[in-house]
Amino acid sequence: MVKAILLTGYGINCEEETAFAFKKAGAETEIIHVNDLIANPKKLSEAQIFAFPGGFSYGDDTGSGNALANKIRNNLWNELVDFIEAEKLIVGICNGFQVITNLGILPGVENRQSQRKVALSHNNSARYECRWVGLKSFSKKCVFTKDIDLISMPVAHAEGKFTASPETLKALNENQQIAFRYINQKGEPAKGEFPQNPNGSMEDIAGICSKDGRILGLMPHPERNIFFTQQDNWTLQNEALKRSGKKIPEESAGIKVFRNAVEYFR
Amino acid sequence: MIGNLCRLEVSFQNDARAETAKKSIERAGFGKISKVFLNDVYTISSNFLQEDLQKCAELLHNPVNQSFAIEKFLAPEDFDWAIEIGFLPGVTDNVGKTAAETLQDFFGEKAKEVEVFSSQLFFLKGSFSEEDAKKIGEIFANPLIQGIYIKSREQFEKDSGMDTIAPIVKLSEESKAGEVNLDVSDEELTKLGKLGIFDHVETDGTETRRGPLALDLTSLHIIRDYFKKEGRNPTDIELESIAQTWSEHCKHTIFAAELDNLEKGLYKGLIKAATEKIRDKKGDKDNCVSVFVDNSGGIDFDKDNIVSDKVETHNSPSALDPFGGAITGIVGVNRDTMGFGMAAKPVINRYGFCFADPKDMKLLYRAKAKGNSILPPERIMLGVIDGVNVGGNCSGIPTPAGFMYFDERYKGKPLVFVGTVGLMPRIVNGKKGHEKKALPGDVIIMTGGRVGLDGIHGATFSSEALSSGSPATAVQIGDPITQKKMSDAIVKEARDLNLYSSITDNGAGGLSCSVAEMAKECGGCTVYLEKVPVKYQGMSPWQIWVSESQERMTLAIPKEKAQKFIDLMTRRGVEATIIGEFNDSKKCIVNFNNKKIMDIDMDFLHDGLPRKKLVTKPMQSDLKNPSFEEPSNLGATLLEMLSRLNICSKEFVSAQYDYEVQGSSVLKPLQGRGRVNADSAVVRPLLESQKGVGISHALYPGYGDIDTYWMAAAAIDSAVKNLIAAGAKMEDIALLDNFCWCSSNEPERLWQLKKAAQACYDFATLYKTPFISGKDSMFNDFKGFDEDSNPLKISVPPTLLISSISVIEDSRKCVSMDAKMEGDLVYAIGFTTGELGASEYYRMQAEKANDKKAIGGTVPRVDGKNALQSYNAISNAIEKGLIASIQPVGLGGLGIAIAKKCIAGWLGAKIDLKKVPEVGFDRTDSILFSESQSRFLVTIASENKAKFEEELKGTRFAEIGIITGNKLEVSGINGKHFSLSVSELEEAYKKTLRDY
Repeated sequence: MVKAILLTGYGINCEEETAFAFKKAGAETEIIHVNDLIANPKKLSEAQIFAFPGGFSYGDDTGSGNALANKIRNNLWNELVDFIEAEKLIVGICNGFQVITNLGILPGVENRQSQRKVALSHNNSARYECRWVGLKSFSKKCVFTKDIDLISMPVAHAEGKFTASPETLKALNENQQIAFRYINQKGEPAKGEFPQNPNGSMEDIAGICSKDGRILGLMPHPERNIFFTQQDNWTLQNEALKRSGKKIPEESAGIKVFRNAVEYFR
Repeated sequence: MIGNLCRLEVSFQNDARAETAKKSIERAGFGKISKVFLNDVYTISSNFLQEDLQKCAELLHNPVNQSFAIEKFLAPEDFDWAIEIGFLPGVTDNVGKTAAETLQDFFGEKAKEVEVFSSQLFFLKGSFSEEDAKKIGEIFANPLIQGIYIKSREQFEKDSGMDTIAPIVKLSEESKAGEVNLDVSDEELTKLGKLGIFDHVETDGTETRRGPLALDLTSLHIIRDYFKKEGRNPTDIELESIAQTWSEHCKHTIFAAELDNLEKGLYKGLIKAATEKIRDKKGDKDNCVSVFVDNSGGIDFDKDNIVSDKVETHNSPSALDPFGGAITGIVGVNRDTMGFGMAAKPVINRYGFCFADPKDMKLLYRAKAKGNSILPPERIMLGVIDGVNVGGNCSGIPTPAGFMYFDERYKGKPLVFVGTVGLMPRIVNGKKGHEKKALPGDVIIMTGGRVGLDGIHGATFSSEALSSGSPATAVQIGDPITQKKMSDAIVKEARDLNLYSSITDNGAGGLSCSVAEMAKECGGCTVYLEKVPVKYQGMSPWQIWVSESQERMTLAIPKEKAQKFIDLMTRRGVEATIIGEFNDSKKCIVNFNNKKIMDIDMDFLHDGLPRKKLVTKPMQSDLKNPSFEEPSNLGATLLEMLSRLNICSKEFVSAQYDYEVQGSSVLKPLQGRGRVNADSAVVRPLLESQKGVGISHALYPGYGDIDTYWMAAAAIDSAVKNLIAAGAKMEDIALLDNFCWCSSNEPERLWQLKKAAQACYDFATLYKTPFISGKDSMFNDFKGFDEDSNPLKISVPPTLLISSISVIEDSRKCVSMDAKMEGDLVYAIGFTTGELGASEYYRMQAEKANDKKAIGGTVPRVDGKNALQSYNAISNAIEKGLIASIQPVGLGGLGIAIAKKCIAGWLGAKIDLKKVPEVGFDRTDSILFSESQSRFLVTIASENKAKFEEELKGTRFAEIGIITGNKLEVSGINGKHFSLSVSELEEAYKKTLRDY
């Protein structure tokens, strides 16, 4: 059975619903406190998927994701790189994305070393934004976004503005590493317009993946859109379905992200 | 120990925070600011070498978009003023703490003693005086907790940057308990009760006391007599401890007092009596599990789980420090969930704020000659909103429901309500989860944060900061991450490992209340106060005992499990310490360094306070009826109403609180394409179950101006009605009461209180909706001066918040408020009469006429029997899937409800007000804006017409229009007609608070 390990502790707070999504997608899951993983790092090799859930690790102090990234780099770096080199999957959602960009495993590890090349900084509004956004996938390589074109999910963060140098952006585009862009009602990139692009991200980037597509980091929360009734417009959809005599589905689109991960190993 | 101090400055290439800071400065009236830059500063106390410091910088900055400087200044090329804001000594510095942890993790042993202090440095370009620069600093800093350091560019360059400041606490007090002589005159005793225990004489001869004990003469006589019998005087810690336990805050003396002919008092005679009567009548269908006995109230959720709910207020702290008061409020009420039974998991946060108009810039003062000004309403509003934002979001608890209510009388003191719903298994380790008992022999363990001087009145300490003489702080910033670590370790691990026998939270009164309360469960305790972990050395024992430092729980743990618990907490990065033991000695004993400093009988401590006897006197009303012509353009009037503070969109608040975390949201705070604020929310706390929890709230302080009985009735009715609209059933609803009163020593205010409490009894018993938890805050008054030194008193209007909670059987059947499809039929449910007294409409007209008293007399009344019939019918219609959209009719009446439905759905409607079930109107504006209670506005698919009307048979309802197009067209009586586009409505609804 495919096993997913989900990190928790120090203010991570989306581990339970993320584990639920992986379980629903068919994985066996284990939530592990970062201190327990440091005490027993071999544990990581038992899993095929390593998830960095959302939350507020260290309260975003010293920069969102930075303090937890320092802790992991300092105590678990070798095991993490072994995991990546074993061609397994990693996903970082929201604060987890902030952690893995600070670790530099996105955009990628080279020769077991990494360098921070992208940053997620304060939203243009300088305020926490919780809202649903439309997304479009721009990568054919990304394992997690396979067969996903348009999808909506909620974002909920204060520091999600994707920032990178022009060279890094160019490389990300050329290597098909743009997993998701924020889009407008027409399905086109939001071109920085608020609220479709909720934070002012460069090139409307909501998520990126590694060159081989096996590591995904994204600000929106796919685990918050796995049930029909989690969607922000479900009551309207519900009326439309009822009147056309259609059955109300149980699931919604976000579960696909987790199924893609689990099915990758089948 | 201070090591060498080093300044590390970190600066963003593009900082969104700087842009926001610029806007705040401009909004505060300082004209155009051409540029703002912002640096994050870490002042590191260590013995690091240069290369180590270089490494520190790498760890604490992001090379992608930040630059840094060590011991050098990092200033923009062009600026006029540099303003640095740092914490005062002893104030929680979360960023500094995290930075120190990062360095300790990296450097190991070498960094054991490292301390880090964080601050922020603003560079401003603009021509203003030093005086103005100071005022600008105060926009971002609160002088109670932060220091502001200003340099002109010239000075900055001369000094090569800002000064290095390390706000380290240094105490000079002697650490021992003193004796207090009670054998003194009544005059002296009164002074003792009001001003506190004598501390020392200042060099100028004035005496310093330790801050109010809030004990009246009768209480002090009883205390004196008790210690006379003991043959000694009390120690300071004993007196402070009794004062905490006997306080209004802990003992609710007014609600407990005999009132007029109400021998049992308001609480036992009305509030609790209502619950008892309802539970008795409901028999097998009683859904209460734990009421009024614990930190929260609990009701049935499903066969395996119960839900808890608690709503607290944090008014006074929020008036002084809005951010700190609100964040400690929300994380504090989260602990009421962790402290419920054997610990429940927080699954929903709720909030409610009462403020004055944020545009009111006129300051008030606590002292004459413009001394000690209060914070302006806008500062309070934004600070409070931000406090709940950080507290709730950082804790990973969804915040889907809340409100903001405005009245100028909240200017002296805002009201800040915060609540938390919890989920807990019925059975924990084979026993009932909601029950707990500390056993003799259990050790007392304190876990979480450390104890400091936070929240102790009048405590003073000096600082070692370079700016000498910084005042001590009595205010506390919350540390939600410390609490989150503790909460996860307790609720998700320790509880189910069966590691403790009882648990409670440290809130008001700190250890003195939590330990003494738990000691009641077994019959006594002995505490060794020197074992309590403190933030800094030198605190007096009484300070450690009553300190309200945040993020702490107290547990009773069997001796053999103590080490296991401590080890678990340590692995989770949380401190846990044995500080004493529980026993059955019938005494509360406290030792400090091998000396007994407190020895009081448990009976006396808890039950020594005699009940008060209070009398009331009717309040005379001086209100009058308004007289104004019906506006000729009612469309314009509707737009005006939509823009009123109490009706307009609060989207900027709802959208900054994470309502999606835990993946549980069903009905959200902003509904429809038009994102209109809803009156209730539904969440699904167990992802594997379709069962939901609905929450709502209601308050009508405005109605209290006419009659507090109907104010309370309306609040109960609306809190219930809102949940019915969300899909609840009458028999599943429970209530919580929060009375926030004023001048509760005045018989007229007590009369208003009694009337409100009577309505609580009458309507709760009629609806069979039990109260499960409540809280009161009785003195929300401000006494001070205006700018011309004229004395003034502002009392909040008597405010009763009713919060409601219900289990929702199947959350897939919930219906939102937004109009769904063109062609849907619009129904008004309930009866509309000329009840416009104290309505938003009459208030608007009274403001226009500049006559505040002209708000009328016909306050909306509740016809409970008819309401019940409608509520049951609506529940059935929702259950059968017949309703496409529904919303309760609230402030602003039908007119506002119709407008909101259109905005939410981005759809228009044709409405004929002549069809509304009503009596005796001769004006269309009255039908539009009457606030008659117990009404709904519903839309249905036209094919459901017959079934829906069948379901509603016997209730008052009528089809009043149809959803169509993108315009709202309303025809009234006497040929009145108006038409507005949905976008006009949306603009009016959203413009008022859009700039925040």
